[in-house]
Amino acid sequence: MEVVTRETGAAIPDRVVRHRLGREDVIRVGLAVAFGLVLYLFILLPMAKMIWRSLLDGDGQWVGLANYARYFGTPAIAASITNSLYVAVVSMVLTVGLAFGYAYALTRTRLPARGLFRVVAMLPIFAPSLVQAFAFVYVFGNNGIFTRVTGVNVGIYGAKGIILAEVFYCFPHALLILIAALAATDARLYDAARTLGASSPKTFLTVTLPGAKFGLVSACFVVFTTVITDFGAPKVIGGKFSVMATEIYNQVSGQQNFTMGATVSVVLLIPAILAFVVDRIVQRRQYALVTASARPLVPAPRPSRDWAATVYCLLVALVIAGIYAVILVASLVHRWPYNLGLTLKHYAFDTVGGYTPLWNSVQVALWTAGVGTVLTFGGAYVVEKCRPPARGVLYLLSILPVSIPGMVLGLAYIFTFNAPGSPLNLLYGTLAILVVSNVIHYFTVGFLTATTALKQMDAEFENVSASLGVPFYRTFWRVTVPIALPSIVAISMYFFLNAMVTLSAVVFLVAPGTELAAVAVLLMDDAGDTAQAAAMSVLIIGTGLGVRLLYWLAMKRVTRRTQAWTQPGERPAAGGPT
Amino acid sequence: MASPAAASPPVARPNTARPAAVALEGIAKKFGVFIALRGVSLSVDPGEFVCFLGPSGCGKTTLLRIIAGLERQNAGAVLMAGRDVSTWPAAQRNYGIVFQSYALFPNLTVARNVGYGLETRKAGKREIARRVDELLDLVGLRHHREKYPAQLSGGEQQRIALARALAPSPALLLLDEPLSALDARVRQSLRHEIRGLQRRLGITTIMVTHDQEEALAMADRIVVMNHGVVEQVGPPVEVYMRPRSPFVARFVGQMNFLDAVAGPRPRSAHMGAMELTLPADGDPETTAAGPGTPLILAIRPEEIVVGPGAQGAPNRLATRIRSIQFLGSFTRLVLFLPGDGERVLECDVAATAFVALGVAEGGELSMALPPESLRVFRKES
Repeated sequence: MEVVTRETGAAIPDRVVRHRLGREDVIRVGLAVAFGLVLYLFILLPMAKMIWRSLLDGDGQWVGLANYARYFGTPAIAASITNSLYVAVVSMVLTVGLAFGYAYALTRTRLPARGLFRVVAMLPIFAPSLVQAFAFVYVFGNNGIFTRVTGVNVGIYGAKGIILAEVFYCFPHALLILIAALAATDARLYDAARTLGASSPKTFLTVTLPGAKFGLVSACFVVFTTVITDFGAPKVIGGKFSVMATEIYNQVSGQQNFTMGATVSVVLLIPAILAFVVDRIVQRRQYALVTASARPLVPAPRPSRDWAATVYCLLVALVIAGIYAVILVASLVHRWPYNLGLTLKHYAFDTVGGYTPLWNSVQVALWTAGVGTVLTFGGAYVVEKCRPPARGVLYLLSILPVSIPGMVLGLAYIFTFNAPGSPLNLLYGTLAILVVSNVIHYFTVGFLTATTALKQMDAEFENVSASLGVPFYRTFWRVTVPIALPSIVAISMYFFLNAMVTLSAVVFLVAPGTELAAVAVLLMDDAGDTAQAAAMSVLIIGTGLGVRLLYWLAMKRVTRRTQAWTQPGERPAAGGPT
Repeated sequence: MASPAAASPPVARPNTARPAAVALEGIAKKFGVFIALRGVSLSVDPGEFVCFLGPSGCGKTTLLRIIAGLERQNAGAVLMAGRDVSTWPAAQRNYGIVFQSYALFPNLTVARNVGYGLETRKAGKREIARRVDELLDLVGLRHHREKYPAQLSGGEQQRIALARALAPSPALLLLDEPLSALDARVRQSLRHEIRGLQRRLGITTIMVTHDQEEALAMADRIVVMNHGVVEQVGPPVEVYMRPRSPFVARFVGQMNFLDAVAGPRPRSAHMGAMELTLPADGDPETTAAGPGTPLILAIRPEEIVVGPGAQGAPNRLATRIRSIQFLGSFTRLVLFLPGDGERVLECDVAATAFVALGVAEGGELSMALPPESLRVFRKES
């Protein structure tokens, strides 16, 4: 008979019996170290350098918080803080309100032509933020068509214009979150409310709104952060109304005052990080509203509500479509709004060197998609499945970039990669640094998407492989990647589209020879070539739409080919895996 | 099912020259302040089927994962076939494992799942195909060769997972609650199938389960665990008939518990005013405890004798029937013990015998607690 000894817990040592390191462990640790190094080099180090720079004067002497004192003490500059907050909060309320109505109509009413309404609402995703601003200038600006026809100048330059442009720029981002929140519901809740005799408004307040609560918070967070860190729209339509992002640009590009640029950047980090922390706390309290037994809600026809929804969506969709129609027309006519004869002459781009910026943009976007996907998915795999010692730190660093405004990241990269004598200097002035800054700028969403996909996989896959003597990297290729393919393609799409339209993360980093399309739009607008700026915008949007179409076609094939296993066979899967 | 196991006497285990397939020496594990295992020692013979049985949180799964090298112990050693493998990574320990979720690769066909562990072993394509077919025949699923896991039923997936684990001919098979995701009927038939397969292959197997019925039906030996400690190790019949602690008695099968104190006469106990005779062959330490020692007496519902059979038997009590539950092949009677009228005993009577009794709820019934069926435990203060 076996001897069974009883020991008290105190006698159990804290150390664990270590397994000897095999080749696979070395590879795992190596990957974790490499990932950590990338995060250190391109996130932690640049941010530290920038914060450090804000504590020095123009000659590199330590001055403590003197720069901050000067910032807050100069009313003209300090106003940018309140201006930024004002614009961000008003845009947030308007965008989320508008988008909620639109999302509600899409998910909870019998709206006709839903697919079309959805596609139109998504258009702003394909355009740099300044395009929205252009459109409002073309219509309501001093030489706008509305101003000329009616003789009424609504004074679009300033907070009013920024807010209008931002609302339409952020609209699809908020809409996507709210559609997801409203689509995830359980019809049984509404049945219960009806049987209990609750009126429609009461059901809306007690069932619909609480159900969408977390989506609303998330949408607010996204819009607030996007607006407060956006640079394109305020630059084009802001006039003399200075916000923090344009202030950084003016300090750095206009006055070559890098120290003040760093100071404003650090201050701009605060609201973005605060919003990020609040969102994290709220999301942590999220609970599963939709269980496996939930029944999807199919809205019953109700003519009055359905008509109202249709009219509302039609209005919003018309404004969005109008924005892009104005841009398209302006790029195709001789001289908006004086000579509306058609021409292609604005597509010559003689002032910015022809099509080089567009080609550069496509190249950078392709590389960003490739590198970004490999790095986010690989990084998420290392953190989630290899379980390295410092995985908490790696995770935190991976979700940090979402709260770093693009301008701030770009400026931090100047401090890091434009330092004479540093080997990192090699990157400066190349397309590579643009790729890196884009990858890091959009890192978090890619990383979280990959993490979610990996978390949905059976945690024992790696253990089964180990027991079968199959190395983890083989299972990664044969099982993990194929299963996650839809997510991987979605991540690369996300990187590509954002790299095409971003301005803020690259505006400080472009150099002669590495001009990008979005920056060219800004420069041409600055130089007064608004028609060419519109033409370049049209090409950026066209490229994005084209790639999106290719993606859609590719996804159809990918799904058919590699995801065959998700199609149920002739036998129902009882207790199916994963 | 358990009869071959009962045939081997519990104490005189064949002490062969072959080392134990798996030996655990003082395994301890804690997660922060929670102690999962408190120094567990155990040995598993080659070809043996051992079940780790216990409630959730008792440490049985942790122990299995330590054997597999998926969890690292704080103290103690794991030996396989006589070699200390404590520091070996999972990949080198030569075992196959089936998880509760099966963890079948959803994007690979059944054949590729089963052949997964063979592909890296420099085996030829033809040889792999032959081995895969052999295993699919073994679990009777060759016709599903080219299907994907999602196209199979839960029980079929389970068998594919088993075939995959067995494909590289491991020395040890580990099963982590392999049947708990299945419905009752499938579970029943898979019990037999797994047990039959294990016998045919003669592969040493350790299965973790919280289902005592499953453990009784399948295991050569059961390791009953609670709070990170092994409470009892033994063949199913022994664990069922002679539980070594009240915990084992309660966890395995149905059991009535009665508070009593040791009486002045040897092998006697008092329960209120009643005097009971204790078994002659019980644990001398408890049955011969000094007068006044608090005891717990345990008896299984089917061991209580009722009606005419109780006439003249020792430990006879007059009771009243509180309730009657008809449960198919037998009927469960809940009986008031004499005295305060609050304590009850459950008693199972075969359906035919119940009809012969001719009793109804509220009626009087005499019953007897046969001394040889009483388990006696010291009451822990």
